[in-house]
Amino acid sequence: MARSRVPRLGRVGPLTYPLLILVLLLSVFPLYWTGVVASQTNRAIGQTPPPMLPGGNLLDNIGRVFEQTNFLKALVNSLVVATAITVSVLVFCSLAGFAFAKLRFRGRQAMMLIVVATMMVPTQLGVIPLYLMIGELGWSGRLPAVIVPTMVTAFGVFWMRQFISQVVPDEMIDAARVDGCHTARICWHVILPAIRPAAAVLGLFTFMQAWNDFFWPLVVLTPDNPTVQVALSTLAAGYFQDYALILAATAVATLPVLVVFAVLGRQIVGGIMEGAVKQ
Amino acid sequence: MKRSGPQTRAVAGPAAPGPGAAPPPPDPARDPGRTERGPGRGAGATRPRLGFRHRLQRTDASVSPYLYVAPFFLLFLGFMLFPLGYTFYVSLNDWNLIGAEARSFTGLENYRTLLADPNFWNALRNTFSIWLLSTVPQLLLALGLAHLLNARLRGKTLFRMGVLVPNVASLVAVTIIFAQLFGRDFGLINWLLGLAGVGPIDWQAGTASSHIAIAVMVVWRWTGYHALIYLAAMQAIPRELYEAASLDGAGSFQMLRSITIPALRPVIIFSVLISTIYGMQIFAEPLLFDPKPGSVTGGAGRQFQTLTVYLYEQGFREFDFGYAATIGWVMFLLVVAVALVNYALTRRISSTR
Repeated sequence: MARSRVPRLGRVGPLTYPLLILVLLLSVFPLYWTGVVASQTNRAIGQTPPPMLPGGNLLDNIGRVFEQTNFLKALVNSLVVATAITVSVLVFCSLAGFAFAKLRFRGRQAMMLIVVATMMVPTQLGVIPLYLMIGELGWSGRLPAVIVPTMVTAFGVFWMRQFISQVVPDEMIDAARVDGCHTARICWHVILPAIRPAAAVLGLFTFMQAWNDFFWPLVVLTPDNPTVQVALSTLAAGYFQDYALILAATAVATLPVLVVFAVLGRQIVGGIMEGAVKQ
Repeated sequence: MKRSGPQTRAVAGPAAPGPGAAPPPPDPARDPGRTERGPGRGAGATRPRLGFRHRLQRTDASVSPYLYVAPFFLLFLGFMLFPLGYTFYVSLNDWNLIGAEARSFTGLENYRTLLADPNFWNALRNTFSIWLLSTVPQLLLALGLAHLLNARLRGKTLFRMGVLVPNVASLVAVTIIFAQLFGRDFGLINWLLGLAGVGPIDWQAGTASSHIAIAVMVVWRWTGYHALIYLAAMQAIPRELYEAASLDGAGSFQMLRSITIPALRPVIIFSVLISTIYGMQIFAEPLLFDPKPGSVTGGAGRQFQTLTVYLYEQGFREFDFGYAATIGWVMFLLVVAVALVNYALTRRISSTR
């Protein structure tokens, strides 16, 4: 009896592709739908059956978004905020991750424990004092209020530390020390080149997270100086019957992240899956 | 299998701050006690001329770590640790930004009020209900999806990226889109239901219906992510196990039950933890699902107000900071309780290996 050596669980069944394609369609449909509504007129949307194909009104609707609201400012704000946070997280968390992974100092273990414990704390917990602090610092309604509290993340340090401790062998560092390198040189020549893949993934995640962040910017910014997500929510509240407008704004707000994802999605997928395997 | 100390494989879910894009699951916190050998002793041992350099290196090795950690730790201390602690202090006060009376210390009074507050229990019930409705289907679907993705596919990467797309769109965008889809009069979903003869449902008005709608959003968003981490774990299972079982005559369902699922247990537990932490903090979806613009009550009858929305309402509409801080701390304690249960389960499972 010919028994295939390929275990059945790995084999592509007759339903596999159809089901996967269905899943793919379901995953993408809401975004496609956004494009459809954003390119129609409100009258067309209100018809039964609702239109399923994109119409020709996209530029019109987008034009209205920029004319009637401060969406452009919101986009610029979000770009500034997300970039600043990403750069800062990469720099500070890499340095700290390096120290936690490879350097010895008193309190290292305790500090790391605190960092890991914090990762579990809901971020809403610190919102009230943060709000009071921002008021004291005079940053209310301004971008530093959104940038500075997130300039370092517990997750960032954890991620870099794990990566560095696994990827950079102690021997390499010892060899550099024997050669007389001081720590900064080791960092520059040994660590930095090695962490590029981890830094890329961390940078992507941080950027996307900063771009999509909603709760804190909502608390601390005002509708005349918003980030994209806050602007979107204000828009939805204000023009709540004008779906063409709202979804056009949504499309514009989502496009940057989708573009980043289209270009770098493979790395993101890889980052998620590799992190899981190391369990 | 060795598990390190008291840390669970916990991540502050997708939050930091606020739910957003998905972080990859972290590796188990490795034992941080690895020794790093000191600076080269040989450098100064035999040549007195290098004595200064040797001392410099020693100073460098003992001082520089603090310099590397300092920016991180100072920011962390100031903007992360201090607020956490201070929130507890705030919760012990009657602290209101509006109103003429001065701030006063009231001890645990806020907590007592909270426990007697029907809106709090309502929010807790809503949060729990939405969590249940979203977590269970999510994880089951993710398992099935991972199984499908585990096959020898063409266009593997495309499918993997495709299932992750829902995760990169922002919460605000997703909620707005789904609120339109679930609209009573012009929503696509009611139109489809109408084709099947089911009357139009006012999704936002009902308790169960709103919970289901929000749960659908969460399931849509997170199933792909969980599927990917299950997939990674599945692919780490050695093929020989399946081949041996197959030779022994095991059917594919049996193999699923005896090989795949036990191997996935740690990942499943991790993914339950993540979705729980996320589920407890759910904010944008219940906030923006409300058709009434600018509403913070999660529907006219608070039918889908979750804990975080309640916190926001109390803190930034009523400006009752003391009370909002109390809500925050109770949420935190709930998360800790869940994490402890999760940890206990992990411990038990790893000890039966």
